[in-house]
Amino acid sequence: MDTYLIPGLDGIAYGLLLAIAAAGLTLAFGAGGVLNLAHGTLIAAGGYVAATTSTGTWPSLAAAVTAATVVGAAGGGVLAAATARLRGRGHLDQALLTFGIALIGADLLTTVFGADIRRPRLPAALDTTLTIAGHPYPADRLAALTAAVIITTIGYAVLHRTRAGRLIRATVDDRHMVAGIGVNPRAVDTTVLVVSGALAGLAGALCTPILGVGPATAPTTLLLSLVIVVCGGLGSVPGAVVAAIGVGLVQTIGVITIPALAPYLLLSAMALLLLTRRRPLPGMPG
Amino acid sequence: MTTRHVDAVDHIPSRRDPADIGRAHDTGLVATGLYHAHQRLTVLDLDSFAIAPGDRHAVIGPNGAGKSTLLNLLAGSTRAQTGTITYQGQTITRRGAAWRARAGIGRTFQHPTVYPGLTVLDCVRMGGWHHRRNPDRVPLELLELVGLTGHADYPATTLSHGHRRMLDLAVALAGQPRVLLLDEPAAGLTDTDLTRLLDILGTLPGWMAVILVEHHMDVVAALADWITVLHHGRRHLDGPADHVRADPTVRTLHLDSAEAGHAARP
Amino acid sequence: MTARLPLPHRWDDLRRWVPWLLPLGAATTLAAASDGYWPATVARMLPLALLAVSVATVTGAAGLPTLGQVAPYAAGAYTTARLAMAGHTLAPVHLTAAALAGAFTAGLLGMLLVRHRGTVVLMLSLAVAELTTITATQWRTVSGGTDGLAGIPAPHLLPGTPPLTADRPVLLYATAVTVAATAATMLLLHRHHLLLTAVRGNETRAAASGHPVTTYLWLVHTGAGAIAGTAGALLIHTHRWITPADVGFDTAALALLAAVIGGTHSPPGAAVAAVLVLGVRDVAAADWPGHAPLLLGALFVAAVYLLPGGLTAALTRLRAEIRRVRATRRPEPLPAASRRTS
Repeated sequence: MDTYLIPGLDGIAYGLLLAIAAAGLTLAFGAGGVLNLAHGTLIAAGGYVAATTSTGTWPSLAAAVTAATVVGAAGGGVLAAATARLRGRGHLDQALLTFGIALIGADLLTTVFGADIRRPRLPAALDTTLTIAGHPYPADRLAALTAAVIITTIGYAVLHRTRAGRLIRATVDDRHMVAGIGVNPRAVDTTVLVVSGALAGLAGALCTPILGVGPATAPTTLLLSLVIVVCGGLGSVPGAVVAAIGVGLVQTIGVITIPALAPYLLLSAMALLLLTRRRPLPGMPG
Repeated sequence: MTTRHVDAVDHIPSRRDPADIGRAHDTGLVATGLYHAHQRLTVLDLDSFAIAPGDRHAVIGPNGAGKSTLLNLLAGSTRAQTGTITYQGQTITRRGAAWRARAGIGRTFQHPTVYPGLTVLDCVRMGGWHHRRNPDRVPLELLELVGLTGHADYPATTLSHGHRRMLDLAVALAGQPRVLLLDEPAAGLTDTDLTRLLDILGTLPGWMAVILVEHHMDVVAALADWITVLHHGRRHLDGPADHVRADPTVRTLHLDSAEAGHAARP
Repeated sequence: MTARLPLPHRWDDLRRWVPWLLPLGAATTLAAASDGYWPATVARMLPLALLAVSVATVTGAAGLPTLGQVAPYAAGAYTTARLAMAGHTLAPVHLTAAALAGAFTAGLLGMLLVRHRGTVVLMLSLAVAELTTITATQWRTVSGGTDGLAGIPAPHLLPGTPPLTADRPVLLYATAVTVAATAATMLLLHRHHLLLTAVRGNETRAAASGHPVTTYLWLVHTGAGAIAGTAGALLIHTHRWITPADVGFDTAALALLAAVIGGTHSPPGAAVAAVLVLGVRDVAAADWPGHAPLLLGALFVAAVYLLPGGLTAALTRLRAEIRRVRATRRPEPLPAASRRTS
């Protein structure tokens, strides 16, 4: 049982963090109308920044997480500026542009940070193992999980209990309608991509204790985020969270137990859900 | 004649002759138990709807009454949540729009869109998919019928709104439908176009069944022999055309929508 | 009035493709004429060129942007490799088997992909590209794992002819296959040009007129899979080795880039663009090794910004501009017939 406990915990934490990132992706697509294929690159950028900024002290940890979020937001801003000129040209051109930026970004990240997997240096207090109810848990995983749960709860509360949250949900559902109530669409597009980038950077930073960050992070997290968005859909944050936890568990436990099948599992689930889905995905024409 | 309170759960029965309904079951289009809701809002709740070859059946009602939904359900572009639809005795509820079109159910659209990138003539050619080996005779004749012969070689996107409606009609007729569903064909038409529309509708063959969703009462008066009035998704009234048009409750319902229709005209 | 109306616009789409024959012919002639480096290098670019044709077909004609044609490409390549290593070395057999394998793979995947549109397809096809590499890596009996397959026997054109090992014959053979496959694609797409344009432009109206839209798109996708499979066979015939990396995401991205640069509605444009992109990449790889993704990404960004519609559309705009300039120079008014768009 214990052999699966830590990977299980990892899976839930990883899943929740991916859910945060996937929320950013859905936001960008539904409200911003941009399929952001550079999303994984932003997650990886956040991860790299966090891994190199955190030197083992609590202030540096805080700085690392903040820096990652800011870098992600900045990346989102760059994407917003880049895609702004392509507004009239349709989804494909914007997606291809973000694709090109993702390729450039991946190259830059590997050039700057090297090709090894990086892990952050955490404060000594987090580098220990806690024993709860007779089972050992690494403190850093618990911290990441706690952070993920807090962020997800705040996110849910904001989305469903505040006026701003309702506006965001309305924009994701129908971008053009929102313009009708006086919201400037260009401001929405920029804000949405910046927020999406910030979420990606934050998620990337918090994922580093679990799986580290390396050259494979960007394409893997992009793909997983896409799977979560497709499987969970929006309109139901619980659905997305469930899908995300499923994805996280497959990536951690599944990779240990059925390594050959794990990738197919996720993609088959996505394919199956797409085949049986009745309602179109948010932001996409039926 | 008393008007039933529209929120009553019981369905107001159709006044159609059972013999006619039987005929429709064998040779026409019949829908039973149609219920369509959108996020807990009832859009359509119709226990039965039948049309036989040769019928000219109008569906009227204020905005939001469920008329377009009914048309979309019959055409197959909206999937029926509950209920059964049969055509010539065969159940077609699960069949998609393309299958139904090939079976003989044609339609026009409320907002006529053309095929971008194609000429007007090509659009009509596309309408008669199963006439691939036919000469251009049928498309050219249809263009002449709707008055677009001069535009045949021009890009379809250059057409005005009224001409697009005519093109949509030609495209629908090119499929040689046995049941034609018309979704507000008169909306936004100038008087000249309206006259032409009435002429065209008058030339439709006697064996064709036509279901007309319309706000414009002149078109309804000219074409329909049977009218169903929908309100809040349910049947408010139905009966022979002159009977329904004379009903005072229908006038009230329709006066609102007619005014709305006039206001909406450019 | 029953006279048949003239249809001057009908052959426009084919006429658009004629300009590509010139650089294609020039490149091949030059390569075949020179020695050493060029014939082999150009020959090795042709499999990707044909893959780009396949991607352009699905992205342009079917309107489904795809990174997933590497799956039928891989199917064709590994079928060819296994046939050759099992002793069956006839090129026509390879080409047929590869095309069938590609069509079968694309047919299967198409059943999922063609139900969706636009960027959802791009997303799904990204997953397909990833899965292709994963499958190729894991299916060791077919693919040889991460090490791949090497020393694959050369094909024979006909029974009794010598194997195609020398650079110049391989180049001529690969060019012939690429040109033939591209020409076949162009002719088929032209024949159904009206149908495909209509279905892409207004799917709802087409369906309401009885057209089985999803079936049409599936047919295009499957046919493109046959082309991709053929490209896979060419990969083996020109390289005689293969690793899972050859049929993965990078290849898919290259093919899509070539299709975008060449113009998604122009299969021959995509082929030429593929050769161009690979040429640029090879030059860059010599000077800045290890930065191929950067170059590729920059090319993508540049292509999207500067060439909406690809080189084909740019050429069309150029021709229209030249025509306009010429027309404004003429003193007399234009005849009424010129009002029609070409």
